Amino acid sequence: MNAAAEGYKPIPGTQLTAYVNARLVDPGTGYDGPGELLTQGGLIVDTGPKLFADGIPAGCEIIDCAGQVLCPGLIDMKVFVGEPGAEHKETLESASVAAAAGGITTIVTMPNTDPVIDDISLVEFLKRRARFGALVNVHPMAAATQGLKGLGMSEIGLMRQAGAVAFTDGVQAVANAVLMRRILSYASRYDALIVQHVEEPMLAEGGCMNEGEIATRLGLSGIPDAAETIMLERDLRLVELTGARYHADQLSCAISVEIMRQAKRQGLPVSCGVSAAHLALNENDVGNYRTFFKLSPPLRREEDRAALVAGVADGTIDVIVSGHNPQDQESKRLPFAQAATGGIGLETLLSVALSCFHNGHVSLCDLLARMTINPARLLGLPGGKLARGQPADLTLFDPGKSWIVTGNRLRSKSKNTPFEDRHLQGVVLRTVVAGEAVFIREEA
Amino acid sequence: MRFPHRHLLGIKDLSALDIDQILDLADSYVELNRQIDKKQNLLRGRTQINLFFEASTRTQSSFELAGKRLGADVLNMAVSNSALKKGETLIDTAMTLNALRPDLLVVRHQDSGAVELLAQKVDCAVINAGDGSNEHPTQALLDALTIRRRRGRLQGLLVAICGDILHSRVARSNIYLLNRMGARVRVVAPPTLLPAHIDRLGVEVFHDMRAGLQDVDIVMMLRLQQERMHGAFVPSLREYYHFHGLDYEKLSRAKPDALIMHPGPMNRGVEIDSEVADDIDRSVIREQVEMGVAVRLAILDLLSRNLPANSPVAGAK
Repeated sequence: MNAAAEGYKPIPGTQLTAYVNARLVDPGTGYDGPGELLTQGGLIVDTGPKLFADGIPAGCEIIDCAGQVLCPGLIDMKVFVGEPGAEHKETLESASVAAAAGGITTIVTMPNTDPVIDDISLVEFLKRRARFGALVNVHPMAAATQGLKGLGMSEIGLMRQAGAVAFTDGVQAVANAVLMRRILSYASRYDALIVQHVEEPMLAEGGCMNEGEIATRLGLSGIPDAAETIMLERDLRLVELTGARYHADQLSCAISVEIMRQAKRQGLPVSCGVSAAHLALNENDVGNYRTFFKLSPPLRREEDRAALVAGVADGTIDVIVSGHNPQDQESKRLPFAQAATGGIGLETLLSVALSCFHNGHVSLCDLLARMTINPARLLGLPGGKLARGQPADLTLFDPGKSWIVTGNRLRSKSKNTPFEDRHLQGVVLRTVVAGEAVFIREEA
Repeated sequence: MRFPHRHLLGIKDLSALDIDQILDLADSYVELNRQIDKKQNLLRGRTQINLFFEASTRTQSSFELAGKRLGADVLNMAVSNSALKKGETLIDTAMTLNALRPDLLVVRHQDSGAVELLAQKVDCAVINAGDGSNEHPTQALLDALTIRRRRGRLQGLLVAICGDILHSRVARSNIYLLNRMGARVRVVAPPTLLPAHIDRLGVEVFHDMRAGLQDVDIVMMLRLQQERMHGAFVPSLREYYHFHGLDYEKLSRAKPDALIMHPGPMNRGVEIDSEVADDIDRSVIREQVEMGVAVRLAILDLLSRNLPANSPVAGAK
């Protein structure tokens, strides 16, 4: 395609922007190479290796990408915001600022708020708040059960209409097998995605880290792999019964990856995710009761981490999320067993995930697919690819440049990063949402 | 010789040399403790706060006595009356205590790692009097002192630790200490009362008491921690006693002169037969209590040597 040659006529009043001298990486087509891209207003007009061979249209803003990677804006499928109810930890606005700085153009929020997102009015509230206060696109997941109590189904159909992109009980599993079966069965009629926190609550009860030698040495109760695999296996059998679309939101152990591999081979409509932290850290990082490494699911053994990376590489794992979970000092400066779980991750998602690419496990395009086109497809969202008519949500980053994480310099309201003082590779230079730059890195 | 630690948080942090130093000094304190005039003024002017978030009889009174015998002002903080019950966090409590400018803080807490967390936030020397299922270092030290005085050594002894290993900080501290000092350690318990991968701590694992006690020099019984038994770990106390309670029949597998130890408080008829517990030829349970005071005297002495001559300014940190 050649925009200029086609005699592309700009629509008056809407800004044209040309991205030149880029390394385009498009998980939609698998293209990774030099190229150019033209946007108008909020949409991508066209893209190609030599789009502007005959010159750039007049009146066009020109962004010189200096050979860096230009890809579809990242979509983060698991973000906890404090809004409503815990605005002192994070608001939609502060989360969106952090997301933009991390190259993320769409965040999907979890329903574990106060009040719980289990009603159309709350879904609408979030969307409205996001429209006026957030720099990036915000799509809520809603509760799968009323009040996250695990007793009765929430209004899946109505909330789907109102804009909820998936249904989950967030930090806890729907434990009741009959209820889960009915939720899956009911949701299939609306083609709604059911997202499960795969952890059998009774087996995990009281546990605060991976069960094993380190937990034993620290005198902490552990969570066995079986808490995850039992819930995953059970759900897969329920998916066989119902045919519903099912997503295991975060795997943590090697056996789970193998279970998902089998399920996909079998052709079940299932998918799964992993957090960037679980691709880079393991239980040894807990060290001497370091609560910033208390995550849910827990960080596990090194061989589990390696298996998760392999799962990302071979496509068994569809999605990489930040699992961004802001906690204030009062929630983390506690004895390990009492401390809140979770770590922030919006600003480190891309750099941490890139370690899989830098270490040679996966191509850049395949890696980016896990944070762009794959979540877009699962959630039925536009974007995730560089194609005509797609939203002009773009991320420009330097994959090789290194930086050191300093919690206090991160933009999230809460500073509980498990990557404090880590050297990471990959720096976001510019983040574009609907054609507008929402983040531009100051230094060259 | 300088004791190279500011706090006593766990046996994990101690070398064999450190342990010998503590035990040698404690040995000398046993005699002091048996004199009529027990008062020393080593800690005169020093303030020792005993902060117990979990109830304790022997550990707390033992620390209190030890502090008083060395001349310290000893304050027992009753947690049931404290601000913690009113929602104050552990860190806030630490900062408040810090402002009272204690020199020595003895802490017991129900959560593993809590004492270490406190130690990071206060200016004084901190002694772990038991944290969750993590460590109870002074218990392991007093057990070692008891054994050493009876057997003359720790090296090469075969020790069986029996019972509720899962919830036991005493077991963990003893495993670390005995391994470091060259003893061989067995743990004997039903699988439900053993933590995952306990074998990686350098112990032999037995589920059967008779097999586990075969030829051992020392039998350490643990209290069945019924207050931590959320859910069923054993079917009944009767069944537990039948298979895991220490009676003469099971004890007959051990060496004829094997010592019987228990950190207390005992559940008679649950983990130990009353007669065995009171057997003056075999049981050193009451001696352990006496050694407890000696060990705590030694710890307070050693840590106080590292205190600054003048207390640091409160709130400076």
